[in-house]
Amino acid sequence: MTAPLDISPASCTQRPILRERGQREVFCGLTGIVWLHRKMQDAFFLIVGSRTCAHLMQSAAGVMIFAEPRFATAIIEERDLAGMADANEELDKTVKRLLARRPDIKLLFLVGSCPSEVIKLDLSRAAARLSKAYAPKVRILNYSGSGIETTFTQGEDACLASMVPELPAEASPEPSLLVVGALADVVEDQFKRLFEQLGIDRVRFFPSGSADDLPAVGPNTRFLLAQPFLGDTARLLEGRGAKRLPALFPLGVEGTAGFFKAAADAWNIDADKFDSVIEMPRARAEKALERYRDALAGKSIFFFPDSQLEVPLARFLSREIGMTLTEVGTPYLHMEHLDRELTLMPDGVRLSEGQDVDKQLDRCRAERPDISVCGLGLANPLEAEGLTTKWAIELVFTPIQGFEQAGDLAELFARPMNRRMRLAV
Amino acid sequence: MQLAVWTYEGPPHVGAMRVATAMKDVHYVLHAPQGDTYADLLFTMIERRDARPPVTYTTFQARDLGADTADIFKRAARDAYDRFQPKAMFVGASCTAELIQDDPGGLAKALALPVPVVPLELPSYTRKENWGAAETFYQLIRALADRNAEKLSQKTDRPSCNLLGPTALGFRHRDDVKEISNLLFHLGVEINVIAPMNAKAADIARIPAADFNVVLYPEIADTAARWLEREFKQPFTKTVPIGVGATRDFIKEVSDLAGIDAPDIEDAGNMGWWSRSIDSTYLTGKRVFIFGDATHAVAAARVASEELAFEVVGLGCYNREFARDLRAAAKRYDVEPLITDDYLVVEDAIAKAQPELVLGTQMERHIAKRLGIPCAVISAPVHVHDFPARYAPQMGFEGANVLFDTWVHPLVMGLEEHLLHMFRDDFEFNDEAGASHLGGHGAASKEPPTVEADPETGPEADNVIRWEPAAEKELKKIPFFVRGKARRNTENYAAERQIQLISVDTLYDAKAHYGR
Ligand code: SF4
Ligand code: SF4
Repeated sequence: MTAPLDISPASCTQRPILRERGQREVFCGLTGIVWLHRKMQDAFFLIVGSRTCAHLMQSAAGVMIFAEPRFATAIIEERDLAGMADANEELDKTVKRLLARRPDIKLLFLVGSCPSEVIKLDLSRAAARLSKAYAPKVRILNYSGSGIETTFTQGEDACLASMVPELPAEASPEPSLLVVGALADVVEDQFKRLFEQLGIDRVRFFPSGSADDLPAVGPNTRFLLAQPFLGDTARLLEGRGAKRLPALFPLGVEGTAGFFKAAADAWNIDADKFDSVIEMPRARAEKALERYRDALAGKSIFFFPDSQLEVPLARFLSREIGMTLTEVGTPYLHMEHLDRELTLMPDGVRLSEGQDVDKQLDRCRAERPDISVCGLGLANPLEAEGLTTKWAIELVFTPIQGFEQAGDLAELFARPMNRRMRLAV
Repeated sequence: MQLAVWTYEGPPHVGAMRVATAMKDVHYVLHAPQGDTYADLLFTMIERRDARPPVTYTTFQARDLGADTADIFKRAARDAYDRFQPKAMFVGASCTAELIQDDPGGLAKALALPVPVVPLELPSYTRKENWGAAETFYQLIRALADRNAEKLSQKTDRPSCNLLGPTALGFRHRDDVKEISNLLFHLGVEINVIAPMNAKAADIARIPAADFNVVLYPEIADTAARWLEREFKQPFTKTVPIGVGATRDFIKEVSDLAGIDAPDIEDAGNMGWWSRSIDSTYLTGKRVFIFGDATHAVAAARVASEELAFEVVGLGCYNREFARDLRAAAKRYDVEPLITDDYLVVEDAIAKAQPELVLGTQMERHIAKRLGIPCAVISAPVHVHDFPARYAPQMGFEGANVLFDTWVHPLVMGLEEHLLHMFRDDFEFNDEAGASHLGGHGAASKEPPTVEADPETGPEADNVIRWEPAAEKELKKIPFFVRGKARRNTENYAAERQIQLISVDTLYDAKAHYGR
């Protein structure tokens, strides 16, 4: 699939961007369920899809989840397609079976897939119909995680976006802060403490751990995006009157400081107070980073598109660790949300959006970076060619945000290099 | 619609990928959305292959639908040909592309590529992975088998066969091929072609030159072998050489097909003697539950029953295509055949049977772990640690040795079993700790979860058999690996006699009734 090289200027940064439309090698949005179902403990994700979708989930999640997971697939069969069985009736039956088996479920997501979209199975109507039947015990929402609409982390965006209309209206006239994007519990707790110390006490996280306890939203809500892939969610929150606080993403010392500074400024917290609050964790983080700088500074890195975290990660690795960026590929560049990140990117880096995997592999092989960040399908083949890799998916499944995790984040990149140095086989 | 938590098989195009990836110089152009590229990781991560599968995905998006998905396919196919220069190509659709009906076969034909193009029609909404692999292999052979293959092969005067069925991502296929190749070499049978594993398109053309076919994996090669039998009068083997007895039968069958005298096999490996040696006495009558693909499950049942003297208490498979073989085997062991691809049904069946050992797939490993029952893996689907670095075939005499080791290893060892009986209250040497040679890693004692009440019918409060606390306590003194059996026997005994409350006496009455 050759498309002409499309190098177009990016409006805000005036930086050329390589846009490619060839084979992508990225998961679809269904994969977001792997972490979302752990985060939202009383929610269940029912994919309405094919055997492929079910197989993707189990391959991506690894069957190493011992407990029965809070997700499943309603596999569309021939009879559903041939109209022998009314697909809606079938779906109702499946939901009934599921809810009988799992009486603990309070929030059920019907998750659309490519097949359900192509056959135009209307899951929003199904969700409305089923919601009525199971109210008030179970709330039923829907979103699409299909590969024709979403890549990997966009699934979280679609999921959160489907919840925005459900959020209660903020009753209080006091300003409140909403941190948007799934974070590890340990990161949430650290953030909560820092906001408290800054004097911002009306802070909520979205998604929250429980469906009964959704954060309120309204015109006095200010929100910070903790993840760079939440375009639709942000738009809908703005539709509810909330205002986004433009900020860096909380990766690395600079990113985390910028993230908190945006909130501090919105709450008119004076600079001294701000500095005194973040002084300790910041110093700790800097110390932690110090350890990895030797191993990583001056080394080159190549990002294959995967989680949309690529731009803030690249910013962190180049500015705080001193790595050299070759190509930073991302499935989708959200110019507005990445605005601040992009202005901090060094010159000379090649930004690419979309993918044509074979050509990108050619570029990677030609450049022979010291480390390549890529998906699970590419990692071993590149290693076998003598290139060191880091699995992108680990960056999504590991707590990497915030001051206390800055060192861990750097370590994730240092470990593969360290390993290669130690190995004599 | 089928509600699935885990699936035993992927979609049929994954089966096609297993064939393409096993081969040397073919390429598969798959009309599919981007998420379907996950399938690459099965090969690069689980099997640790060092190269990407030879698959190009078109990764069309919603905005392409109705506009130019066919065009995207054509471009992808031509680019893939130009870049990879395969000697043959597969083209086909995944579940989503099947719905948009772009006809990859027709589109590829219009490109007039200079190599054979094999169109694959793999119905995703009715068929599954093994079927997809079988169909792909069959279509490939149909398309490439050369009617004048004799000329392509260097003929020796020794009888020759093909080894059919090993693919990428197969459970121990790599080692089985090596083991059976050695065996055939010792028998004096030439191997003409091994396929699809490591075969080139040109090798497929030579398949008809052999005298007969060895079908290693019926799930994958049966369709092709039947066709070859019809078209080229090539008979094929029906015995799958898993276990000592089956390997001997296989040698006999091969010798007959090859027209040679079956040799006396003296050195048949260690399995037989290991099993006859008195240390193995404790294995007698161990209750084993077996589940996997039909071929491996049926073979495992024979080994368990004849070569380890286990008692088969459950036997099942997930692939309906081979249900007939499994039913026949289940009859031999007098158990109800379990034919299902619903993981939850299998879990229920295992919990009910309360076996002392589970032989299954990676799914059953998880079930067994949850129920605290020892387990060994005998069949796909498998996980990364089922691709060992060492040589560990399942087939042939060495394979039988491997079976002995891997099935016996998770069990509590003979003398240790007695000691657990005698000193059951030792604070560190007790069944909560699991088998000593497994460290903390083996299956430790765990009560099976109380079977959940069926939400539709509610608990059947009337017919419930209850245990007196004292009886329950006495039951706990029985080591974990027989406790399940004791519980079940006692409850059956009580049910038959309409005893509603089990006392210590009922427990021992039942013990006397059933024996150990
Ligand atoms: S890309 Fe589409 S068909 Fe494939 S797994 Fe994702 S949702 Fe299912
Ligand atoms: S016992 Fe070892 S090999 Fe088996 S599942 Fe556990 S970790 Fe894996």
